[in-house]
Amino acid sequence: MHALLRLGKRVEHTGQVTPSGAEVRTAEQAGSDGWWARVSAVLWRRPWARATLLLTPPLAWFVLIYLAALVVLLITAFWQINPFTTNIERVWSLDNLKTIFTTPAYLTIIARTVGMAAAVTVVDAIVAFPFAYFMARVAAPRTRTILFVAILLPLWASYLAKVYSWLLIFTHGGFLDWSLGRLGLGQVHLIYTNWAVFTVFCYLWLPYMIIPVYAALERVPASQIEASQDLGARTWRTLRLVLFPLALPGIAAGAIFTFSLTLGDYITPLLVGGTSANFMGNVIYSNIGIANNVPFAAAMALIPIAIMTVYLLGARALGAFEAM
Amino acid sequence: MESKLMRAVLRVWVALVLAFLFVPIALIVLYAFNRSNIESWPISGFSLHWFAIAWDDPQVRSAFLLSVRVGLFATALALLLGSAVAYALQQFRFFGREAISLLLVLPLALPGIITGIALNSFFSFTGIQFGTLTVVIGHTTFCIVVVYNNVIARLRRTPGSLAEASMDLGARGWQTLRHVTLPLTATALVSGALLAFALSFDEVIVTVFTAGAQNTLPLWIFGAIRLGQQLPEVNAVVTIVILLTIIPVVIAARMAGTGGVTRSGRNV
Amino acid sequence: MMTTRQRSGLRSAIAFGVAALSLITAACSSSGGSGSQSAGGNGGGSTSGQTVPTANLPVLQKVGKGEGQLNLIAWEGYLDPKWVKPFQQQTGCTVNAKYAGSSDEMVSLMKDGGGGQYDMVSSSGDADLRILYAGDAHPVNINLIPSWKDFFPAFQSPPFNTINGVHYGVSLQWGPNVLMYNTKDFTTAPSSWNIIYDPKYKGQVTVPDNPIQIADAALYLKTAKPSLGITDPYELTQTQFQAAVSLLASQRPLIEKYWTLASQEIFDFKNGNAVVGAGWPYQVSALKADKFTIGSVVPSEGATGWADTWMLAAKAPHPNCAYLWMQYISTPKVQAEQAVTYGETPDNKLACSYMDQMQAGSCAEFHANAPASYLNSISLWKTPIATCDNGKPECMPYSDWVNAWNTQVK
Repeated sequence: MHALLRLGKRVEHTGQVTPSGAEVRTAEQAGSDGWWARVSAVLWRRPWARATLLLTPPLAWFVLIYLAALVVLLITAFWQINPFTTNIERVWSLDNLKTIFTTPAYLTIIARTVGMAAAVTVVDAIVAFPFAYFMARVAAPRTRTILFVAILLPLWASYLAKVYSWLLIFTHGGFLDWSLGRLGLGQVHLIYTNWAVFTVFCYLWLPYMIIPVYAALERVPASQIEASQDLGARTWRTLRLVLFPLALPGIAAGAIFTFSLTLGDYITPLLVGGTSANFMGNVIYSNIGIANNVPFAAAMALIPIAIMTVYLLGARALGAFEAM
Repeated sequence: MESKLMRAVLRVWVALVLAFLFVPIALIVLYAFNRSNIESWPISGFSLHWFAIAWDDPQVRSAFLLSVRVGLFATALALLLGSAVAYALQQFRFFGREAISLLLVLPLALPGIITGIALNSFFSFTGIQFGTLTVVIGHTTFCIVVVYNNVIARLRRTPGSLAEASMDLGARGWQTLRHVTLPLTATALVSGALLAFALSFDEVIVTVFTAGAQNTLPLWIFGAIRLGQQLPEVNAVVTIVILLTIIPVVIAARMAGTGGVTRSGRNV
Repeated sequence: MMTTRQRSGLRSAIAFGVAALSLITAACSSSGGSGSQSAGGNGGGSTSGQTVPTANLPVLQKVGKGEGQLNLIAWEGYLDPKWVKPFQQQTGCTVNAKYAGSSDEMVSLMKDGGGGQYDMVSSSGDADLRILYAGDAHPVNINLIPSWKDFFPAFQSPPFNTINGVHYGVSLQWGPNVLMYNTKDFTTAPSSWNIIYDPKYKGQVTVPDNPIQIADAALYLKTAKPSLGITDPYELTQTQFQAAVSLLASQRPLIEKYWTLASQEIFDFKNGNAVVGAGWPYQVSALKADKFTIGSVVPSEGATGWADTWMLAAKAPHPNCAYLWMQYISTPKVQAEQAVTYGETPDNKLACSYMDQMQAGSCAEFHANAPASYLNSISLWKTPIATCDNGKPECMPYSDWVNAWNTQVK
């Protein structure tokens, strides 16, 4: 039987008897069901027909809509606009990219955005790991379900409402100041700083990091842990040398989300950030939604696309795609 | 394996993380009862009238209904297309398989603003009018990915021999699909659908760029935030949404827990 | 005979190739993405000699039955339920509001004639010409709006919404960008704009996140540094422009947040994040309604301001509702309501008495009875262009304003 199971290639069953002895009905033998049986037979005998049938609609969607849209965007990056009417003029030029790479302000913005994304990813990974570990390996099944609900529930509270809630926490005399005051710890000034933006990002994307890490940790068979302990490793060593590498794909998968979500977000910096909260997403947004300079926004958008492509290749190497 | 101390530390850590996650949510609910128009801390007075206002507000209703409609369409399309591509990629090996799985990650891996402006340019370019259709197209694109992730993870853990056995026993392809493969992946489909709907319902950035004059609920919320005068109404609406979704979330959690693998999705 | 792998791979390659090729062909052949003619000339240049692409579109002859819906782009506070609800009940046109916080946003939303989505926009003077010359506005039959006859002459056919006798909308209201202050911190109203440039208020100042703010700096410098010779804050030579930009750059450390949404300024004043700053009367009204200790003033140097128009979109999907709205919003009572609620000056002469009924003294407070002299003290928003009023091409066009704002000030 397994000899027939060559990596996904279906073998035609045409009235033969399988090694296990069962007789196989052919489409003709079952032909009394009419044309539907014939279609089914055709599909059964030609795996590529099934593959095509299954693949064409989704691929068509992706290629004709999503990829096509990205291609249009890429092309637009090399055009210009009429400064007065802001209509797009199809004049090919590299000016937009040149502007981005030669203006210090834009380079700072890019560096700031990437730095923020990296920081959020690292911190979320650190916060998520013990939590996911507890969920996967320590908690009783009922506790696990409760914790899972607890992770999913914030995803249903509106993103905007959550960010606004942080405004109320951070503001002058807000919830945080009030709590610190109660504890006698004095006041902090976090509103409209990049620390506030950082905290809110960590908060928003934490569930997206916990879930894949939990999935990865949950998949580790207990036997591997036992084996490690049998070989003499104590808890910390087992964690470091056995569990952590096995959880790495999960962390890499979560990192894709935290990194890309932070890279393009403009709403959180807009609401919670101050004068230095100018990130790539803000530049893109203000150029599209306000200045109506679509070509420049598209040129700016090329940068996160390039960054994420490199990131994805790295993440794939770490096995993130299987862990998503 | 863990020592008692380690377990205690873990428990504390979990409690702190839960507090971190839920304090802002608690504040959202708390402010729904704020009497004043403009939000500040501490809350000066409490009142229930925002719930009444939210209930009567026709803008809230139409926004809510539009969000539900868009979510249902996007989820339905995503279920069909996402599971189709998951089955195909699982069963068949062919040239371009790697490329397709990379392609399918893009809508989640590229920031939402890029998907948004790309689709925006595309629709302007091709003359498609902005409206419910364009929003559905935008949402479906990332919903497909969510469903795909869920289903393919489950398919990877489902032994192929089950389908083979079914074929050997004489079932046609369609019957195998219906009686063997689908039940095995049912929970993955359901949790994928729930997650996809959740993401679509709360989606802001792609929607900003693909919507017409009609508001989905997040767009209405953003408009209300701009005005700054009726914010507790937003809190009331969000509180109601949270309450309404506790049940589906519990279901999803159960399903993800029982043998299925968990999938993550995107909000933006 | 190809294997399955090769066949599927080839198929996907062909599909992608066809798609990409057809797109590139389309890109190279068809006309502009926004569908309208470019206004010609050396982009960003003077408006004389340009034509409004939609000038010859036929106007509505008679207002028919409402289509049941009306999609409006408006400033925050312009679509208060107080006057929107009665309109909806009277005409059956449900109003969908899309808020925009800057003229740039409005121009952007109106591209492609409103995209067939939006019916009207309450644009200010600096957005109007850009919308008009991009071909995004539709001529309006002003005879279908009877209340227009009661408008102040200055606002019946102003140059920002009427070109060559063709109207593209109906004037709405106008007002100043005021200096807002917390009355607890300032017992008397500040008399000069210099207060928002004063390092004493570090971290407590807020101004709009809008390149047009450069004009406010220029207006202040007109009085504070007469040697610069600034006459019109929207027509600045290189030197004058750089001085204004430098002033704003030096103001940056004083600012914790540039407000983009009206609610941000409201929030910041209420929560003590800011005590003084530039804002719209809307924020003042909102804070006053919440019983907050806010005050506002037009300082001695004068103020920039805006005159708004309800402009009709070139591809408005609900023209009848649009005309019904234009008439409704121009009637004296509704003009008074909006003026008193928002804090601006109505364009309809007859609104004055209604205003005093709603809020005693409001007619005089908002200068609805003697607008001419007051009007002269306000520098209404207009789009900076390269050609100065004296005909010389030495002024900075708006694109430079945007660039400077994003790279030097913020």
